[in-house]
Amino acid sequence: MNVAAPFEGIGASVRRKEDYRFLQGRGAYTDDFNRQGQLHAWILRSPHAHARIRSVDTTAAAGMPGVVAVFTGADMARDNIGGLPCGWQIHNKDGSPMAEPPHPVIAHDKVRHVGDQVAVAIAATREQARDAAEAIVVDYDVLPAAATIDAAVKPGAPAVHDDVAGNLCYDWHIGDKAVMEAAFAQAAKVVSLDLVNNRLIPNAMEPRAAMGEFDRTSGDYTLHTTSQNPHVIRLLMGANVLHIPESKLRVVAPDVGGGFGSKIYHYAEEAIVTWAAGKLGKPVKWVADRTESFMSDAHGRDHVSNAQLALDANGKILALKVHTYANMGAYLSTFAPCVPTYLYATLLAGTYSTPVIYCEVKAIFTNTVPVDAYRGAGRPEATFLLERLMDVAAQETGIDRVELRRRNFIPNDAFPYQTPVALQYDSGNYTATLDQALVAADWAGFEARRAEAAGRGKLRGIGCSTYVEACGIAPSAVVGSLGARAGLYEVGTIRVHPTGSVTVLTGSHSHGQGHETTFAQLVADKLGVPTAQVDIVHGDTAKVPFGMGTYGSRSLAVGGSAMMKAMDKIIAKGKRIAAHLMEASVDDIEFERGTFRVAGTDRTKALVDISVAAYVPHNYPIDEIEPGLEETAFYDPKNFTYPGGCHIAEVEICQETGKVSMVNFTAVDDVGRVINPMIVEGQVQGGIAQGIGQALLETCVYDADGQLLSGSMMDYTMPRADDLAPISVATHTTLCTHNPLGVKGCGEVGAIGSPPAVINAVVDALRDFNVRTLDMPATPAKMWQIINGGRRQAAE
Amino acid sequence: MYDFAYHKPTSVADAVKLLADPDAKAVSGGHTLLPALKHRLNKPTALVDLSGIAEMTGIKRVGNAIVIGALTRHAEVANSAEVKAAIPALAYMASHIGDLQVRNRGTIGGSVANNDPAADYPSAVVALGATIHTSKRKIAADDFFLGMFTTALEADEILTAVEFPIVDKAGYAKMRNPASRYVMAGVFVAKAGGTVRVAVVGAAPCVFRQAEMEAALTSNWSADAVAGIKQDADGLNGDIHGSAEYRAHLVGVMAKRAIVAAG
Repeated sequence: MNVAAPFEGIGASVRRKEDYRFLQGRGAYTDDFNRQGQLHAWILRSPHAHARIRSVDTTAAAGMPGVVAVFTGADMARDNIGGLPCGWQIHNKDGSPMAEPPHPVIAHDKVRHVGDQVAVAIAATREQARDAAEAIVVDYDVLPAAATIDAAVKPGAPAVHDDVAGNLCYDWHIGDKAVMEAAFAQAAKVVSLDLVNNRLIPNAMEPRAAMGEFDRTSGDYTLHTTSQNPHVIRLLMGANVLHIPESKLRVVAPDVGGGFGSKIYHYAEEAIVTWAAGKLGKPVKWVADRTESFMSDAHGRDHVSNAQLALDANGKILALKVHTYANMGAYLSTFAPCVPTYLYATLLAGTYSTPVIYCEVKAIFTNTVPVDAYRGAGRPEATFLLERLMDVAAQETGIDRVELRRRNFIPNDAFPYQTPVALQYDSGNYTATLDQALVAADWAGFEARRAEAAGRGKLRGIGCSTYVEACGIAPSAVVGSLGARAGLYEVGTIRVHPTGSVTVLTGSHSHGQGHETTFAQLVADKLGVPTAQVDIVHGDTAKVPFGMGTYGSRSLAVGGSAMMKAMDKIIAKGKRIAAHLMEASVDDIEFERGTFRVAGTDRTKALVDISVAAYVPHNYPIDEIEPGLEETAFYDPKNFTYPGGCHIAEVEICQETGKVSMVNFTAVDDVGRVINPMIVEGQVQGGIAQGIGQALLETCVYDADGQLLSGSMMDYTMPRADDLAPISVATHTTLCTHNPLGVKGCGEVGAIGSPPAVINAVVDALRDFNVRTLDMPATPAKMWQIINGGRRQAAE
Repeated sequence: MYDFAYHKPTSVADAVKLLADPDAKAVSGGHTLLPALKHRLNKPTALVDLSGIAEMTGIKRVGNAIVIGALTRHAEVANSAEVKAAIPALAYMASHIGDLQVRNRGTIGGSVANNDPAADYPSAVVALGATIHTSKRKIAADDFFLGMFTTALEADEILTAVEFPIVDKAGYAKMRNPASRYVMAGVFVAKAGGTVRVAVVGAAPCVFRQAEMEAALTSNWSADAVAGIKQDADGLNGDIHGSAEYRAHLVGVMAKRAIVAAG
């Protein structure tokens, strides 16, 4: 009997190939790599948010047991080590470039945030290195700190960088202010709202780690690091910091335990261990503990905004005006400047046909950890602002909040749709995702559930958000014109081995996303090779051609597209070989899932016949076709991709304690074509968990002196399983029109759509208390204050 | 962590001798001490591991009391048929300490001797009017908890057991800190004959008795009796998770819930 193999192609929920090693504890993470004679680095970090360094005395530390070296910023300066580079340049309103102060690998004049690197001790063991670091004597002249946006923009605020006036990194805008003002003059109603988008600390499960090695015989450096994009690290660190030619520098990002953006950036410790390995001639390893992660991983979000919406008498949006302060932290992290500009303001049209948008953004330096992209990056901030504003507008115009959204949706026949803020959406169907979500969440039946909850003493609320995001980052020429100092294509190599199994080399990097499965499914679908015979190689600059890595939900849309292009080349070559073997014209050869066929006949050759012939070219047109069956393609996207959808949250608030409980969450997302529905569901659920975290639980708190009060899990509220609700995830697909797979991306949608849905639900639950502004997170204490304050008012 | 010597005595007497060193530290479940050591917040010369001392283990009923050896883990108290039958509120409280891992490691002796303001056990010890057994003496609950992380235990004195009188009714309710899941405000109520005791943890630097509620409940054992009593916020803890006023409010809420739970 012939049993058909299970379908593993596009659309199949193939179990994740990588989970066997992850669930067995057999992954190989950076800290799992150990070398004979390796040394351990411990970074001495600043306890102060802002201080001038008078002196650093390493004498005692250098003499301690096991200590091999103690290095300071002065040592790095002597070696001509460059500062950490920024990968994106924004220009001010007047055309001048942003302020881009130096970001020393180890601070030498001033420290600018708690956790800033001051020195590194290197010893035989990690504990000895830590002992030595404690023995370093630093004489600080402590300065007043600018710990928040408010504090940093006040007249006379402490200057984070001596030569950056007003702590202003840039003053940027998009849109035509005069046209916006004219539109506002026509408005029947203007709705204004102040918003804070709370600062988050990413907390990937695996803390950052790095190990540098140097081979004196070859002069080759190797860096193992917890990175989402090893080639980018090689480029930035090799060219800008350590001046090592790329041919002499290998960067490996092995298994990585979560990134969420925080592992995109080039961090000081990567440069420190690589440089130190060269100086000492021994491998040097550094592994962060969780405390260090809190004070040295790039944070996310942190906006203070005012948004104003101009509406006509029918609730049609005439114009949107936004003013945002964005916190950059103490230094510019790798991609920080683009987050509150091109990943934020360009998304302010959302799902709506707003004709006029004007947004200005002031990016501010503060004495805090640098802020950069974190899952969603700019798009959650834009979506939160818009979707809160829509609910307030609904309240103040008396138009139902769902109806107000419907009235302003970009209609289905308007695609491709040019927004007033640069982006051109290729496809979407916002009415369909809204309708599907309303049904799935039983929106119509909510009032009965609210009444039932009231009988139990609970305040129940429901809220929705509709969103669109731009991902699949990004067309190189476009981002280049916007200030990116890199291209954002991706590379894919398909290597068909002689006996027909396949190795895929990709510049994308998997740190939890399931690429080893999803990418293998692309090969299974197109070439007919079982996923078990498809290996995905990523994360090593010595193995993979120059690629740009994983962030901005780009791996499938850009990296997957590169693989599809490479497979097209494989098929084209295979057809020529097949034509030779079957003595037919190449134009008559058809290919489908692993079989080459002479059209209209039963003459076929399997892929393995072709690969054998290609590698054992006995009967082969050697003068016309090179042997081998391996092709590489680079794919540069034509546009961003535009996932969209609708999220609906339902919450209950305990009136006695103020605790908000998630009772239901419904997501209907349009992520384009779905390759593996199970993985998509997992990605969306994970994003929603982080979105609920931002809305209800997480927030980074600095005191006025710049001390990090939420500096551990004791005070930073990470979401736990029992904080979440049953999350129902469904998809409604419109295809991306400009990439070969029709895919859009699913990594970030959960974190983008969910926070405003949750907060709109909380505000709805509090409808008797007249809440207009509600900053995240909606903690029990904050809710109690509102409920208690409302009661007190009612009593007066 | 810094280097330290490690001792594992098998008798209370030996442990007391080892603790004569003022820089030595006793360790039981280690759930407070080990994280502090890892963060280098504590630098003992020696750890005296009490877990090998057989005389400090076990749960037994002695007359009208339950005596719990100091080394008894929270999970054992939570699952003890003896405790469940005699003082169900105590088993309930133990079953809600921390998480599963904490309950399988943390011990009653460690928790009571540490007197963390956000620990659960001190509320039960005070509300139930327990007696602390040590290597030297017996101490009444009311005389034991002196302040934040401070107890009547002397440097070389070891808590060996806690003796809980069996009461008529008891109940416990708490609000957890959203981040740490330690107690933000917890109230343990107990009624024994005509005596009512109400102990509050989490809200203040140290466990305390709520006298006003005790008086109200003595004459009227019902949630309504405490409804009108406003806990004074003065002296309570305030932090990024909630103000002193919020904690004061929670004391009232948790007291009502504890009374309802007690039945």
